[in-house]
Amino acid sequence: MRYRLGLVAAVAAVAALTLSPAQEAQAQEKVFRYATTGDVLGLDPHSNNEGPTNTMKGNVYGMLIHRKPDLSLEPDLAVSWENVDEVTWRFNLREGVTFHNGNPFTADDVVYSFKRQTQETSDMSFALATIEEIRKVDDYTVEIVTKGPDPILLLNMPNFYIMDEEWTEENNAFEVVRGAGQTNFPNVNANGTGPYRVVEWVQDNRLVLEPFDDYWGKDQMMANIDRAVFTPIPNDATRVAALLSGEIDMMYPVPLQDVPRLQNEADVEVMEGPELRTIFLGFDQWRDELLDMPGSGENPFKDQRVRAAFAHAIDLQAIQRVVMRGASTPTGLMVAPGINGFVEELNTPYEYNPERSRELLAEAGYPDGFPVTLDCPNDRYVNDEPICNAVIPMLERIGIDVTLNAQTKSLHFNKIGRAEGNNTSFFMLGWTPGSYDSLNPLMQLMTTGEPGHGDWNSGRYSNPEVMALTQKIKTEMDPEERQAMITEAFRIHQEDVGHIPLHQQALAWGVRTDTVEEIIQRPFNDVDLRYVVMK
Amino acid sequence: MFAFIIQRLFQAVLVMLVVAFVSFALFQFVGDPVNNMVGQDATEAQREALRERLGLNDPVPLQFLNFVTNAAQFEFGLSYRLGIPVEEIVAQRLPATIELVLVSAVIALLVGVPMGVYTGLNRHSPLSKVFLTVSLIGISLPTFLIGILLILVFGVWLAWLPTFGRSGTVDLGWWETSFLTVQGWRSLILPGITLALFQLTLIMRLVRAEMLEVLRTDYIKFARARGLSNRAINFGHALKNTLVPVITIIGLQIGSLLAFSIITETVFAWPGMGLLIIQAIQFADIPVMSSYLVLIALFFVLINLIVDLLYYVVDPRLRIERGGAH
Repeated sequence: MRYRLGLVAAVAAVAALTLSPAQEAQAQEKVFRYATTGDVLGLDPHSNNEGPTNTMKGNVYGMLIHRKPDLSLEPDLAVSWENVDEVTWRFNLREGVTFHNGNPFTADDVVYSFKRQTQETSDMSFALATIEEIRKVDDYTVEIVTKGPDPILLLNMPNFYIMDEEWTEENNAFEVVRGAGQTNFPNVNANGTGPYRVVEWVQDNRLVLEPFDDYWGKDQMMANIDRAVFTPIPNDATRVAALLSGEIDMMYPVPLQDVPRLQNEADVEVMEGPELRTIFLGFDQWRDELLDMPGSGENPFKDQRVRAAFAHAIDLQAIQRVVMRGASTPTGLMVAPGINGFVEELNTPYEYNPERSRELLAEAGYPDGFPVTLDCPNDRYVNDEPICNAVIPMLERIGIDVTLNAQTKSLHFNKIGRAEGNNTSFFMLGWTPGSYDSLNPLMQLMTTGEPGHGDWNSGRYSNPEVMALTQKIKTEMDPEERQAMITEAFRIHQEDVGHIPLHQQALAWGVRTDTVEEIIQRPFNDVDLRYVVMK
Repeated sequence: MFAFIIQRLFQAVLVMLVVAFVSFALFQFVGDPVNNMVGQDATEAQREALRERLGLNDPVPLQFLNFVTNAAQFEFGLSYRLGIPVEEIVAQRLPATIELVLVSAVIALLVGVPMGVYTGLNRHSPLSKVFLTVSLIGISLPTFLIGILLILVFGVWLAWLPTFGRSGTVDLGWWETSFLTVQGWRSLILPGITLALFQLTLIMRLVRAEMLEVLRTDYIKFARARGLSNRAINFGHALKNTLVPVITIIGLQIGSLLAFSIITETVFAWPGMGLLIIQAIQFADIPVMSSYLVLIALFFVLINLIVDLLYYVVDPRLRIERGGAH
């Protein structure tokens, strides 16, 4: 008898364990559970500059101008704006807006946030680098004065997050703290004007958000969720399994090899779309002697014909088909469609023509090729190392002896970056302009030699014409003339073969169709909770 | 006994210093954390200032000295990735790992020891052959594969158990536990089994081998001759004498359970120390890495100390020697 009771108890225990309480709770409220590879870096809107972190900040904090999913701009905390003169912009602020703690939003908060975000320790200071000062005109009007004419000021405004002066001061958190010292209060607590407030954040475990009842735009918002739970799941297979089992409603990125499998599932949909990041290869164009050819006194990459030979030898279609399984868009430009300044006519990749490559190499005096090391990250971009592995035989076909040096991102970026003096001859890099404007890649990737230029121009490509154009593009206020100059700069860079653009990788999101009604995919790999509708 | 413990603790400090120094020497090869901490738009001046602030420009011995000085005052620095003090993170993560390790160790013991005894006593029974075959699988399949298989079967196909994470926790203020809710236990089962499987098979095979060895000895024969019951012989005499090596191995294995939990935690997105260290390595988060390694070294030393003390309990001969000769 005793044993039988034990058996009954065991069965009951198993039954209790296997019943899922999550499903019961779901009927009552709309909980959107989503997952990706890693957690956000922190909640302090002015501390980190990382795509997914910035999007999370955008769920919680308001900015003067918000960027819509199609990348166009819409009013957020500013209702309207105008140019007073070339360097002065007047912004009329929204009235009656409150922060999550109930404090009213006024012009003082804008001025305060500007001071906080422009500190040297703030990684977001780049977005406000062209601004001289922000001054309060009255409680609901501010004037932004730029250091010179700035045609892309508005494009940077979505990266300017507004904090509550009173709350920040109360918690003694004006200073943006990074790495050393005490914990930054706003990094683990949040108080914005955005549509969602942070309920709970257990780092690397879960971040729970709930709609802010007094959000000014509540009525226009398409989202209908009662709660959002964000969970980092680092392992690809686990993330796929969690989606299949219905424990989460949405996850990204879907590993490329799992895309067909998920598409065959009844209740799961894979949303694919282009991302804004352009992946490219670059060459050392400044050393007099190539690192891999010591004693020769030669750097073949200084010759445009050699660079062109490389460009014609790489079969972008094959990389797209085989390595990326179709999930990429081969490209001819250093910026993606959707970036301000993108030129459709120039977006044709270099023709794949190994025959021509061999001719060019022979003309340049390297009929038998030369040795070179390709520096490649192996944990940063989608299939980064396999792409490099695919490039190697393509180049060997034209006689180039390529050695692969694939390593983790923290080593790779140090080696090719300024930290080690651009210690590379041939490298892979990917870039999304933070401002969504072509000026940023022109400054960071395609020019060098002046402050603010060429931080990631690791091969130090340099053409005085491109530099002159870039300087003018910085301050040209007329959109058409500005576009003409951008087009010209891109054309010169393309003729010079300053870099070899490879592709824009594709986004792949896995969404459960039995719980999610609609979700808008933006060309970033992260979720703006303003655009999630549950069933 | 007291002197013995003191001596062991001194050894512990030495071991931890060596571990810390070796790890600092190794950190030079994991890369520069600054690039992970700042975005692509940070200027060179900002990067350099951050590097200086973090003390990364100091020579390695000085960085090590700073770490040891701070650690001696229980200050382990701020995580580069999470921006909060390391001791806070560890306090948050340690319960998750300890509970997981505890559950797996209990599973491994409660299942492994009886299975070992059974297969040792009934060498030729069909069930023993089944156990041995299964244990071969357990010992040869890598942990991540077992984990993913369990997820697939019990999480996706049967949908009985959660596939990831640690849910249903109750915060006791100083310890976040899964033990108090059904949901907590549910999420413990799969990772617990995954982590336990290797240890389970190891313990089973060890107990089996030891049992076979002991059953051949003279005193068992004498015990039989005395007409003792099978039960008294098998458990009272045979099993008890197999326990010294088993305890040694279990002690060492609990240490490696902590270490192996890296893989299990990554597969199950279990928010413990293992997941923490793997993410810290990817980010080159030096304060977390160094504190983790020192902490694990401390665990190993403590576990070995406990094992040594357990010998006294299990093996009466040690007690007598200590009392007499010295």
